[in-house]
Amino acid sequence: MGKLMVYLKGYKKETVLAPLFKMLEASFELLVPLVMVQIIDRGIAGADGGFIFRMSLIMITLGIIGLVCSITAQYFAAKAAVGFSAQLKHSLFAHIQSLSFSEMDEIGASTLITRMTSDVNQVQSGVNLILRLFLRSPFIVAGAMVMAFTIDVKSAMVFTVTIPLLCVVVFGIMLISMPLYKKVQAGLDRILKITRENLTGARVVRAFNKEETEIRGFEEGNRDLTKMQMFVGRISALMNPLTYIIINGAVIVLIQTGAWQVDQGYITQGEVVALVNYMSQILVELIKLANLIITVTKAFACANRIQDIFETKPGIGDAGQPVKRADEKGNMENDKAEAVSFEHVGLTYKNAGAESLTDISFRVRKGQTIGIIGGTGSGKSSIVHLIPRFYDATRGSVKINGIDVKEYPLEELRGKIGMVMQKAVLFKGTIRENLLWGKEDATEEEMWRALEISQAKEFVETKEGGLEAQVAQGGKNLSGGQKQRLTIARALIRKPEILILDDSASALDFATDARLRKAIREMDEEITVFIVSQRASSIQYADFIIVMDDGEVAGMGTHGELLQSCGVYREIYDSQFKKEGKAR
Amino acid sequence: MKGRKSQKDILFQVMGYIRRYWIYLGVSILMAALTVALTLYLPILTGDAIDLIIGKGLVDFQGIMVILEKMAIAIGVTAAAQWLMNVCNNKMTYGIVRDIRNEAFRKIEKLPLKYIDSNSYGEVVSRVIADVDQFADGLLMGFTQLFTGVVTILGTLAIMLTINIGITAVVVCITPVSFLVANFIAKKTFHMFRRQSETRAEQTALIDEMVGGQRVVQAFGYEENAMERFDEINERLQKCSLQAIFFSSITNPATRFVNSLVYTGVGITGALFAIRGGISVGMLSCLLTYANQYTKPFNEISGVITELQNALACAGRIFELMEEEPQIPDAEDALELKDVRGNVTLENVSFSYVPDKKLIRGFNLSVKPGQRVAIVGPTGCGKTTIINLLMRFYDVDEGSIRVEGTDIRDVTRKSLRTAYGMVLQETWLKTGTIRENIAMGRPDATEEEIIEAAKAAHAHSFIKRLPEGYDTVVAEDGGNLSQGQKQLLCITRVMLCQPDMLILDEATSSIDTRTELKIQNAFAKLMEGRTSFIVAHRLSTIQEADIILVMKDGNIIEQGNHESLLEKGGFYAELYHSQFAV
Repeated sequence: MGKLMVYLKGYKKETVLAPLFKMLEASFELLVPLVMVQIIDRGIAGADGGFIFRMSLIMITLGIIGLVCSITAQYFAAKAAVGFSAQLKHSLFAHIQSLSFSEMDEIGASTLITRMTSDVNQVQSGVNLILRLFLRSPFIVAGAMVMAFTIDVKSAMVFTVTIPLLCVVVFGIMLISMPLYKKVQAGLDRILKITRENLTGARVVRAFNKEETEIRGFEEGNRDLTKMQMFVGRISALMNPLTYIIINGAVIVLIQTGAWQVDQGYITQGEVVALVNYMSQILVELIKLANLIITVTKAFACANRIQDIFETKPGIGDAGQPVKRADEKGNMENDKAEAVSFEHVGLTYKNAGAESLTDISFRVRKGQTIGIIGGTGSGKSSIVHLIPRFYDATRGSVKINGIDVKEYPLEELRGKIGMVMQKAVLFKGTIRENLLWGKEDATEEEMWRALEISQAKEFVETKEGGLEAQVAQGGKNLSGGQKQRLTIARALIRKPEILILDDSASALDFATDARLRKAIREMDEEITVFIVSQRASSIQYADFIIVMDDGEVAGMGTHGELLQSCGVYREIYDSQFKKEGKAR
Repeated sequence: MKGRKSQKDILFQVMGYIRRYWIYLGVSILMAALTVALTLYLPILTGDAIDLIIGKGLVDFQGIMVILEKMAIAIGVTAAAQWLMNVCNNKMTYGIVRDIRNEAFRKIEKLPLKYIDSNSYGEVVSRVIADVDQFADGLLMGFTQLFTGVVTILGTLAIMLTINIGITAVVVCITPVSFLVANFIAKKTFHMFRRQSETRAEQTALIDEMVGGQRVVQAFGYEENAMERFDEINERLQKCSLQAIFFSSITNPATRFVNSLVYTGVGITGALFAIRGGISVGMLSCLLTYANQYTKPFNEISGVITELQNALACAGRIFELMEEEPQIPDAEDALELKDVRGNVTLENVSFSYVPDKKLIRGFNLSVKPGQRVAIVGPTGCGKTTIINLLMRFYDVDEGSIRVEGTDIRDVTRKSLRTAYGMVLQETWLKTGTIRENIAMGRPDATEEEIIEAAKAAHAHSFIKRLPEGYDTVVAEDGGNLSQGQKQLLCITRVMLCQPDMLILDEATSSIDTRTELKIQNAFAKLMEGRTSFIVAHRLSTIQEADIILVMKDGNIIEQGNHESLLEKGGFYAELYHSQFAV
């Protein structure tokens, strides 16, 4: 939690003033028993009605001042806490956006979302409470002790024993229960996962008649969770009785010593009442504190979860310097260089045992179309992911226009590339808004042109509202093929130097797929196109085809060449065109 | 969803769960009463003791000792009672929560697929997890605070009345003010809180989209726009959160102020009474303590009541889930489907997901043992629906489906589903090791059998290369495996089961064609003599089928084998030729 406190920096004033005003309020509260002493010892003993009224007015005034101080404190605390969480969320969002694919793979989007929402909220209430009460309570406790000393040193010694004892109990229970609450949370996560799994996999669970097994699994997880909850509960349940014993035990001792002191004539009866009052004030504060501890404990746990995210460093750094057309070192981004070249590239994913890509080398000239084909998990997608630096090559180098991709600022690099991914992701909003992702200032004409090439024009035209038609979150209201075509249009609209279609026509039928490829080929701009596919028909007319097998290049060349020379390619081709092959 | 239940109904239902823990509830109430009584008794003792300390040389030490002894006993008993009460409440609350969760989960396993398909997973999950949690919090707080609070107020009032009626009147008159103040503030802040949660929801939605679609965000360099949108909402949220939090946090100081008024009121009147000799100083001290104790529960109770209402609302949502219509249970005299040879007949089957949108009408099909039935057609034409019906995930509206001449509604679901081996396009793996996932249908399978099945499905080689081989833990949603690998595992799962009949719904859609061809051979071996249903959009995979059903818009428009359909030159021929177009 400590490290997150930097986000309070913008709210220094509030962070200091909130507890300060709280303490002011508390100090006035501490004066009240003293006034009561006066009422008892002078007012009642002297039967002075007027004096009692004057003292009462003082008490009410103290109350009003306390009220004002307290409201001021609440305001500053709220402001600091809310500002803190806004800053924190801003930084966290920025940080998450900077994470590369490797880290995203590792952490998972759903976790990130919970940390950004519910965890931050928990921390916010934690900060608010700490500012308001965590300082107030110790202050009252300490203050009560100081006041007791002003009344009578000997009696006040009771406080010096009681308070450390209370601290041991309160903090002891807190320290023991904090890690346990973490375990409870983990147990809750577990049954959440089982529940989710059984909803998403309802068909499989039922097809395999696994309902009873799953119920047993859930009940087991639930039992463990309950056990843990009860265990923590039993420990927390000690808090109130223990503090109660300590405080009231102290009251007994106080009365006893008070009696001696009064008997000796050192203090008055009213002062004994005041001492007892201070003791009960401590008790009240402690009960408040105990109720807060759970919230604060939770806040600490959540803060740690957030801190974990901050500590995940983005694996892909930005080169920062924009690449000049020709820099001093003579690194030229020139038109003659190959559009894309791979030189002995190897890729090992994080935590993976073996290389997913081994020694890949090829050169692509501007305007060429490259087909990449190969088996499941053969590394087709991995190759194209290296071009926009979604992952960094762990060996060798990837160059665009003769310059290593790592030398480009990320924005410039990715600006050159139109990427269409395997999974078609669209965002809530209109079709127009989704297309604008590709190019912020795209004209109407450019949009329709992109839609036409991507074979999406037809269905967009029939949609109610055309470009203004609403896309639901995740594009749920569109079919798979429609989504794919829109994501292709989104990539085309930026007129990229390099267009990457990563198995992104899988939901299109063969005829539409063919029309799409034809339209891309006929575009005016000179675009270098990578087509990743499992369909031989999608890539057979490419300028050259890279055949991947198990992370290595199994063959490279045109369709005709590969049919002659590459066994793997022939197998793939035959598997898809067997009948046709026989017929020929 | 059914109409909302009233709070009373929900409360009644909650009582049903509490009843199982009546012993704990009884002990808890008893202990609470004891705690309150003793807590109230203590100030009296303190007051008595103080009255024995009048001034210099006027202290009755013996009397004090007797009182202090009483106090010590009272304190000990109170603490013990308090602890016991807490423990009982804990046991009761968490027990109830456990029962409700178990029941809810059982319910999920019995819900018709229709419910699961048409409700968002997140919502159901949040009912079982978050709502139950909220309910538990509310319940625990309610038990511990509401009851003791009420008893404390009543007890204090009674004792104060016995001490002095006038002073008590002062207390009773001033206290409701704090209630009014709290109520006033709660009303005023209600719309602020609503705005806050609306804005928060907006922000969550944005985070959900942007983080979920991070790959696209990065590919298109949309980070800055996303940040801008985020900041805009964040700023608005900051403003309305500040308002809501600040105004609601006035409640505490305000009620505390009212309390200090009560305290002062007791002080004045008490002192005036004392001057006239109406009460002793000890009694006054005791009254002051009561004045504090009396007002405190008031503050808490208003908080507890909102908390309880919230808890009831949550409980209502859980009960709604639990009262959803379950799937029709197996008939009591349901038969076990045995000796399945593979005769499947569909007679005049009609079905639709929504009543006014007929999907399948009057569909007839007769499959003989060992036949391969392929279903093709464009996306959304109802191919998967047939599978939903065969597996009895959904029941037909009209007509009947028979296996070996028996209506599938007359056999147990278990035996029906065991007869089929199913591989779906949506690959689903459970959290656990690769081995556990493969052995899902046959937990007793030996290591050799598992490896053999994996080899047949061509999954063995990639599994071997995983860090822990067959013991590699599959992450949530199979995150550490590619789509194709997941599909291979699902196929292995079925290979191991050796079912009587097969259902393959786009089972190889994410697998490259070369591997697919090899798997196909394995499937072919598996399918030999077994009836199978295959859904595919890749036509190469179904050419050998005995019957090809061509579907469009929910209807079977063509039926026949590959050759006859090509000859016919209809929709199938069109689909088939399109794959060779350039």
